[in-house]
Amino acid sequence: MNYIDEFRDGALAQGLARAIAAEARAQREYHFMEFCGGHTHAIARYGVPGLLPPNVRMIHGPGCPVCVLPVGRIDQAIRLALEEKVTLCTYADTMRVPASAGLTLQRARARGADVRMIYAVSDALALARAQPERQVVLFAIGFETTTPPTAVAVLRAQAEGLKNFSVLCCHVLTPPAMQAILAAPQVHLDGFVGPAHVSTVIGTRPYEPFAREQGKPVVIAGFEPLDVMQAILMLIRQVNAGRAEVENEYTRAVSREGNRKAQALMAEVFERRDSFEWRGLGELPASALRLRAPYAAFDAERRFGLTYQGVPDHKACECAAILRGVKRPADCKLFGTVCTPDTPMGACMVSSEGACAAYYSYGRHQAAEGRR
Amino acid sequence: MSGDVKAGYMRPLDLRHGRVELTHGSGGRAMVQLIRELFARHLDNAHLAQGNDGAVLPPAGGRLVTATDAHVVSPLFFPGGDIGRLAVNGTVNDVAVMGATPLYLTAAFILEEGFPLADLDRIAASMAEAARAAGVAVVAGDTKVVERGKGDGVFIATTGVGVLPDGLRLSGDAARPGDALLLSGPIGEHGMAILSQREGLGFDSPVASDTAALNGLTAAMLASAAELRLMRDPTRGGLAATLNEIAQASGVGILIDEAAIPVRPEVAAGCELLGLDPLNLACEGRLIAVCAAADAPRLLAAMRAHPLGAQAAVIGRVVEDARRFVQMRTRLGGVRMVDWLAGEALPRIC
Repeated sequence: MNYIDEFRDGALAQGLARAIAAEARAQREYHFMEFCGGHTHAIARYGVPGLLPPNVRMIHGPGCPVCVLPVGRIDQAIRLALEEKVTLCTYADTMRVPASAGLTLQRARARGADVRMIYAVSDALALARAQPERQVVLFAIGFETTTPPTAVAVLRAQAEGLKNFSVLCCHVLTPPAMQAILAAPQVHLDGFVGPAHVSTVIGTRPYEPFAREQGKPVVIAGFEPLDVMQAILMLIRQVNAGRAEVENEYTRAVSREGNRKAQALMAEVFERRDSFEWRGLGELPASALRLRAPYAAFDAERRFGLTYQGVPDHKACECAAILRGVKRPADCKLFGTVCTPDTPMGACMVSSEGACAAYYSYGRHQAAEGRR
Repeated sequence: MSGDVKAGYMRPLDLRHGRVELTHGSGGRAMVQLIRELFARHLDNAHLAQGNDGAVLPPAGGRLVTATDAHVVSPLFFPGGDIGRLAVNGTVNDVAVMGATPLYLTAAFILEEGFPLADLDRIAASMAEAARAAGVAVVAGDTKVVERGKGDGVFIATTGVGVLPDGLRLSGDAARPGDALLLSGPIGEHGMAILSQREGLGFDSPVASDTAALNGLTAAMLASAAELRLMRDPTRGGLAATLNEIAQASGVGILIDEAAIPVRPEVAAGCELLGLDPLNLACEGRLIAVCAAADAPRLLAAMRAHPLGAQAAVIGRVVEDARRFVQMRTRLGGVRMVDWLAGEALPRIC
């Protein structure tokens, strides 16, 4: 496949692996966080850890949309589907996230809720048009990547005068989460592999404070395995030189300013919430979005008078510490015993981008070999 | 007057506009008519023609192998095949990969009231064609009709019977460390063909299902006299599930090489778009084989000499591993686990 195979080339990977091994200084450790689940998935799926020296450690970040969604938000969606009898549209991974009372959206569907798996916001709009007598709610989750399409859906619904369409908005923002991780006392990081798709939208500028003010190198990288390895090499070079800059490995898609049209759409439709609960990171100020007043009619929280009720995770579940990079999946007592991809307890085990699922599905063999 | 009435006359089934009705399953004349004018017309053979409740089969001259498989595919017609072809090939393949020569099939149809007879006619014709190609006869059958809304058009369950050569024992628990692992052709085509047709995906793909009867290929493999341990067809769950089943059953590990696994570019591209892994997609006309390492070249040559094995490849080997892990050396040069798929093959969102 053109434009894909080039970024998965084995010979180039071996060359990068040799460069990383040569430049990583044996007397120190390098702790880098890949923020995005897309990177976590690529690292695990292509076996990247096996190509890194033991003193270069990758820490999986919280950039997995379903992983950071707190139980209380899934509960809201389930309540809409089961009690308000709406047609609830959701992206696939969200279907299996455990919520309160042993429910998931998938189990709610088995109990008669109308839950639809969609691939694009246009599917939700089409459902609303096709069944004007039913309320259709888009369960809108994800970072800045999935936010502009939600904005488009709201604007289109308004233009068409769709009265039965609304959005349960759980969109979250990347920079506040990175800030929260750096502020957490137990986490020691030498730098970030910065988001790929998110950065196509927001550009590289929002990461500059992390480099300038907090001395953390950030290298924006694409989601292909060679992108990640190149970014790791660039981070090692920054650390060795004592530099802290925002560098862009993903120049084929990301600019400093990002996608201004998408940014304008988001600014038009959404405003920051005062605070939002993240699974693993807790309440973070100004870290998530809701619909602005002119679009309040499309806000499912207002339309259905939803209140938010936070729900603590299972006591033994270490998702919170894993999402902050404080613990590794294998440090959790539930990992691989009662919590597996087939019967996930915590959200990190649900999505293939979640740290636990990626490690369980692709990386368990390393445990016995004494690797990461 | 009574002189004008033809005894036993029945208006023929309307195969163009007619639909399945509850009476077609209720044991009356309508059911007999459906069987005679639709199923028996296509699946014609001496056993069916006798119209008995069961078929009397001659001695087969060896141990019998039987397998059964229910088919509930949606959509019923897809690029490269339909539920009828799948129902024949699926069961023929389950018998064939046991090392047996498939001889007979039985078929049970669960029809939904209102299902167009024209579609059922196409499905029966397709089954007949697939059965002829595989050299098996459909010797007994059953038809039931469920109320509208209680089925999905048509479900077909088939059972196959075949005869096993003396002395041959192929089994999922027979893989031994050091053995070679062979794959007969590109993976994931059936899964991708079905996915691309699913409603809501809005995804056009040129990929056709690979559905095919494998008994010709398995016969050629057995004739090569290679020391075969087992054969399997990687259907639901794809190559990943089948390899894990073998590792579990044999108490071994398996190490495969990503670069050696054939995947057509259209399938690889579809997987990229949908966030899926070809290792998890179903095949309906491929098999994997485990054999003694020394015999791998001979077996590979026999597979490649057959049209359904033209792209056969050695894709890995069996290793010692008490954890029974399936691992893969990636194109990149790293190693990762290959696990069973959890839940459905769901696309990732970003």
